[in-house]
Amino acid sequence: MSTTQTKIVKKTESLEEAVIRFAGDSGDGMQLTGGQFTTSTAIVGNDLSTLPDYPAEIRAPAGSLAGVSGFQIHFSSKDIHTPGDALDVLVAMNPAALKANLQDLKPGGMLIVNTNAFTETNLKKVGYAKNPLEEESLTTKYQIFSVEVTRLTQNALEDLKLSAKLVDRSKNMFALGLMYWLYSRPMEPTIEWVKKKFAGKPDILEANLRVLKAGYHFGETTETFISHFEIKQAEIKPGKYRNITGNEATVLGIIAAKEVTGLELFLGSYPITPASDILHELSRYKYLGIKTFQAEDEIAAIGSAIGASFAGGFGITTTSGPGVCLKSEFINLAVKTELPLIVCDIQRGGPSTGLPTKTEQADLLQALFGRNGESPVPVIAASTPSDCFETMLEAFRIAIKYMTPVFFMSDGYLANGSEPWFIPSVSSLPKIEVKYRKEKEGFAPFVRDEKTLARPWAIPGTCGLEHVVGGLEAEQVTGRVSYDPVNHDAMVKIRAKKIANIENDIPELKILNGSDKGDLLILGWGSTLGSINAAIEKLLENGHKVANVHLRHLNPFPKNLGAVLKNFKHVLIPEVNLGQLRLLVRARYLVDAQGLNIVSGQPLKVRDIVEAAEKLLK
Amino acid sequence: MVISEQPKYTKADFESDNDVRWCPGCGDYAILSAVQQVMPQLGIPKEKFVFVSGIGCSSRFPYYMNCYGFHTIHGRALTVATGVKSVNPELSVWVITGDGDGLSIGGNHFLHAIRRNQDFKILLFNNKIYGLTKGQYSPTSEFGKKTKSTPMGSIDTPINPISLAIASGATFVARTVDKNVKHMMDILKQAAEHKGTAFVEIYQNCWVFNDNAFVSYTDKDVKSDNSVYLEDGKPLIFGNNHEKAIKLNGFHPEIIKVAGSNNPLIHDAKSEDRGLAYVLGQMGVENPGLPVAFGVLRKVQRPTYQELLYGQEEQAKQKPKGSLEQILNSGDTWVVK
Repeated sequence: MSTTQTKIVKKTESLEEAVIRFAGDSGDGMQLTGGQFTTSTAIVGNDLSTLPDYPAEIRAPAGSLAGVSGFQIHFSSKDIHTPGDALDVLVAMNPAALKANLQDLKPGGMLIVNTNAFTETNLKKVGYAKNPLEEESLTTKYQIFSVEVTRLTQNALEDLKLSAKLVDRSKNMFALGLMYWLYSRPMEPTIEWVKKKFAGKPDILEANLRVLKAGYHFGETTETFISHFEIKQAEIKPGKYRNITGNEATVLGIIAAKEVTGLELFLGSYPITPASDILHELSRYKYLGIKTFQAEDEIAAIGSAIGASFAGGFGITTTSGPGVCLKSEFINLAVKTELPLIVCDIQRGGPSTGLPTKTEQADLLQALFGRNGESPVPVIAASTPSDCFETMLEAFRIAIKYMTPVFFMSDGYLANGSEPWFIPSVSSLPKIEVKYRKEKEGFAPFVRDEKTLARPWAIPGTCGLEHVVGGLEAEQVTGRVSYDPVNHDAMVKIRAKKIANIENDIPELKILNGSDKGDLLILGWGSTLGSINAAIEKLLENGHKVANVHLRHLNPFPKNLGAVLKNFKHVLIPEVNLGQLRLLVRARYLVDAQGLNIVSGQPLKVRDIVEAAEKLLK
Repeated sequence: MVISEQPKYTKADFESDNDVRWCPGCGDYAILSAVQQVMPQLGIPKEKFVFVSGIGCSSRFPYYMNCYGFHTIHGRALTVATGVKSVNPELSVWVITGDGDGLSIGGNHFLHAIRRNQDFKILLFNNKIYGLTKGQYSPTSEFGKKTKSTPMGSIDTPINPISLAIASGATFVARTVDKNVKHMMDILKQAAEHKGTAFVEIYQNCWVFNDNAFVSYTDKDVKSDNSVYLEDGKPLIFGNNHEKAIKLNGFHPEIIKVAGSNNPLIHDAKSEDRGLAYVLGQMGVENPGLPVAFGVLRKVQRPTYQELLYGQEEQAKQKPKGSLEQILNSGDTWVVK
């Protein structure tokens, strides 16, 4: 470095898109860093998609592979669908982060490392015999930028007399500042955030701002980087936006449904990853009359929600797969007593405790069939983080109109991943009609609406409609306990028909990309939408006659699904399970659908879908 | 003068037209009849009563009441009742459960409902046996009990429902017995009037699978010697000729003679300290050789779960954080032109 300060004019390269990942120890604040980068990127006007990836252990031993936490963001000047398959930039705060993430960095990609953390001890902890940064295999394959993040952070804070721990915890701000410079993002949103967050702690506030700026200026002034990038604003529909995760959108959907229906809303929940944030967030809305109940277990959580619905409120329970296992008997009670209820299954890796913080789609058959007896339940699934909002409103609509429990399916990827969301106006929200039975004349607990086959919602407190519901089989119309064989057969079929008939009340499937006839149809459900859309774009570019459709309604299916499938020579169903939707589709439509099934705890990669499709098209 | 517009009910108003299917002679009949006689006396509109039950003989109870009812699943009635009462606190919610339903499969919910002081009544019909599944031992069956599933005798130590309720912080705890209908009605009325969880253990004879389980407290020749009926503020006196009393020796109750005795124990149901209720609840159950205490063992006031729930809601409403429109537009937003 020259001793005299000369202003270096650095080149700005224009890019269409970038995929970057911050990776460090779970105590390094990588999720926060990623979140801040996301906010600033959204404000710049790029389209974006994020993928947080953190360990299940709260604080795994420092520097260990188990403790690596990462946050990936894909941002672009065009429309994008996924957090990206491979990285343009990997920021690795220690050797563990390097080891756990290097395989995702593109050849020629930028590797920014905190060299101060590459000590002998840290290298040894993750089994590096030699410093990998000096290995030819790395230096020739990637552009390595060695930055003394720890030391530079210490220098910036030298005169503040902060504890060593606090200084160490500020170094993520250095990485953030550096990445802001590298991708020409404004620091202001983060500066504002820091000022708000640490308003009562002036020394921490000062430390964060100093280090953030130090990182930015390091990029700008030192010779480490010769150029930086800009990614122009994406062409996005004009309007007001916010960045939103799936769990946030789920909460907003619940609040919106409460406001639209005017019902007493009751959430019965038991903490479980990755669903707990819904409970935390909803409990902040007591002023709207929203009741949240942290029950003693998963069973009490759903039981209280069913009690709320019986009493005329609207019961919801939020959980993940292991919780659904425990709730099964109560879901059946709601099926049998025909009460509105929403069961939110934020799916995670299974079986058993499985992978609490990783994503999977393997609860579909559980939602459909995981109960004793013939127990039909409508199942709907969100396909992107922001889609959780609309899907939740749809779950309410079906539950109330048809007096039935409804499964709302999301997963770890949607729950924690984020995307920009066009904020809807309240007036554009769907109307959901709620009708309590009041008239005594002709009332019986199981007298049915001719069209929907729904039974009346007659709630305690209504004079003259006193009745008892329960898990024992009920006589048609009267609801009295009945062991009559003919009645049971009829009731089993009525309950099945009520749910099957919902197919007449949901939109037909639309081709999302490609034309309605061709060589290959890719059929998906849930959180694979982004990867499938990106893959289809690629396949169309490559000249293939392909198209894709995506299911929100998994029970019942849209009416035209069978007809759509038959317009294509091949059908490919990519899923993060071993082929659960495929099993249903093959059985129901006798179509030789093929699967792409990678159950790695990660979302499907675009290139894997493209490859599977091209193999079928050969 | 306020003229009550409450309809005048009779027992018949609370009788449903469903056929009662308990075994003839079952203690449940007496309990049903007592409840149906008490309901008209409470001044509560009939449509505001909700009976919630689990699974078991006792849990068929809601079908026989002409009220709103929910026959739920095994062991879980308390969870459903929690939801019912939380969205509509004006309802009078009664949970009907048994020793198997409430203490075995539903044991977890039992202690949590009580510690929260959920504002409902829990009537636990204790017959010390599984009736509906035809005679297996229950959590209250005595040690060594021979049943279909314990041919060599049970090796489980039984649980005392009263002890568990008190340990969980119950604000109202009482015990009564099916054969003493007058006493049962008095206890049910007091339970109905209590704000918070009112727990009532009712000794109930199952003559098919566990006959005479409570004969010591119901047979006219021996019951006076084996039972002490509690009255708040009154000494604990029992025996055929009211000749015996209970005295505390440290934590230990002892039987003394009334004649010439000094200081028989005076019952204090309103004591904030749970110790006395705990000692009384154990008598004759976990602590043999002493009479079993019937009546209200504990009756204290504490804010109910629903009062606290709605209290927080009211507090939050003082500081509203915005309309739906504002909520949707919160967070970091930006405008694309």
